Amino acid sequence: MKITREVVDYVAELAHLALSESERTGMERDLNSILGYIDTLNELETTGVAPMAQVASRGTEAAGESLRADERRPSLGHGAAMGNAPQTDGTFFKVPKVIER
Amino acid sequence: MIDLKSLTLESARTSVQEREITAAALAEAFYKEIESGDRDIHAFLTLSKERALAQAHGMDLIADRGDPLPPLGGVPVAIKDVMNTQGVRTTAGSRILESYIAPYDATAVARLEAAGAVILGKLNCDEFAMGSSNENSAYGAVRNPRDLERVPGGSSGGSAAAVAAGMAVATLGSDTGGSIRQPAAFCGVVGMMPTYGRVSRYGLIAFASSLDHIGPLTRTVKDAALMLKTIAGKDPMDATSAETPVPDYIAELEEPVRGLKVGIPKEYFAEGLAPEVRAAVEDAIQLLAKAGCEIVPISLPNTKYAIPTYYVVATAEASSNLARFDGVRYGLRANAGEAKTLKEMYKLTREQGFGPEVKRRIMLGTYVLSAGYYDAYYLKAQRVRTLLARDFDSAFQQVDAMVTPATPTTAFKLGEKNDDPLSMYLNDIYTVTADLVGIPGISVPCQRPSDPLPIGVQILGRHFDESTVLRLAHTIEYSRG
Repeated sequence: MKITREVVDYVAELAHLALSESERTGMERDLNSILGYIDTLNELETTGVAPMAQVASRGTEAAGESLRADERRPSLGHGAAMGNAPQTDGTFFKVPKVIER
Repeated sequence: MIDLKSLTLESARTSVQEREITAAALAEAFYKEIESGDRDIHAFLTLSKERALAQAHGMDLIADRGDPLPPLGGVPVAIKDVMNTQGVRTTAGSRILESYIAPYDATAVARLEAAGAVILGKLNCDEFAMGSSNENSAYGAVRNPRDLERVPGGSSGGSAAAVAAGMAVATLGSDTGGSIRQPAAFCGVVGMMPTYGRVSRYGLIAFASSLDHIGPLTRTVKDAALMLKTIAGKDPMDATSAETPVPDYIAELEEPVRGLKVGIPKEYFAEGLAPEVRAAVEDAIQLLAKAGCEIVPISLPNTKYAIPTYYVVATAEASSNLARFDGVRYGLRANAGEAKTLKEMYKLTREQGFGPEVKRRIMLGTYVLSAGYYDAYYLKAQRVRTLLARDFDSAFQQVDAMVTPATPTTAFKLGEKNDDPLSMYLNDIYTVTADLVGIPGISVPCQRPSDPLPIGVQILGRHFDESTVLRLAHTIEYSRG
């Protein structure tokens, strides 16, 4: 088993997920099963094979070719951008206190 | 009276143009159909009546004057709820966006509306487009209009079901591992995934950025061609959208297919393929042979590694893309009383806002990107992705297109695959590679008259060669009558 309960807790912390006790148990089982399947990739010899991060990088369209000119133009207005804020003072997003003093 | 279930983009526009019905009355007729029919199916999450009727009214003014309507003038369509629609709730099938009102339109949505389409509303889907049965929606499953005990497929389940049930003439879906083609096959409609970069993703709520595609679900191949023509092309708001010119797909549909070399990859007809699906797909291949295509057996040797590659690449990208849902700028925020620190607020918000499959994929993606595992999983999968692309490069030296089943089986029953994520993932075995490689694909109905459920045949083509894909699909559709 690659994924122990400790690994589940560590990854949940990295992913900012507060998993419940039963979710942690389920996650341990499911991740082990899926990773066991993913391990079949090791049957393939890939030394010297370049990693492919993007379809475009393989020459269908040169990366960067389609960047637009870097010019100033209007963006979403402040009101619209703040319209979905769960908590705001009208100017900023409000969050729980970050620095204690 | 107009039969909503048989309308095409062209016939709907013509009825409005010729004043057989007003665009407003046509939209109202669809809303009435949705009100009754969608109680069982649950394809719609939100109706955008005000916006739809304003657009319909504008189209009616044009038609009343006797001026020609734009290409989709007055045609009722609907949008998968992963695309932003200004002023209309956009949930991505997730609790975390339950009350999110999009402040701008996705480019694909804006282009449909600019072409005169009337946007009826937003369609149910698996949460953040993660799923193959639509059972992962936080708002409840969608049922297959062809058999209410069965799933419509996913993640664009609502998009396929709405077209199949006559609740929209055409819809938009998104495809990251098969999410347009698989539900199209399960519901008996046409579903097209264009080449990576063909359609702007601006305003699409990102799942896996190197794999996400927007495309149409329609009743006919010609409708898919017209929808694609409308939404395709360079968009300054999406740097990954391609400059490659958009051809006239409709005009090219009628060009003969005689002499085209069509590859049949043997790996797509191996163990696990249901006999009735095999038989129906072989019928479709015969239709192409009769139309003068040369049928060529080919091999894509790395096919079996596509799903494991996908579940590394897609989840890694998802874990990064979904980091933005933290309760600060939009969406759900966990009760301030419970969370004393900022980090606690993030964690509780995400715990409450995300469903089980989304959490599973975020966890897997975070793990494969984490220190010590990045090379073994993420980099390894990216290298295998190159091998998969090479399979297609060399196959396309021999053939112009490929024909395969779209799915290994017909639509399964609700609840049938819920307990085992892995068996659910295997549903995408024939669709997922095209997403990884970035080539276009379509699913077209091909079941025999005696088959109780729809079956889809998939056609895959070269990068930016949607025309050949559509032409072959059109030939199959036409030959079946």
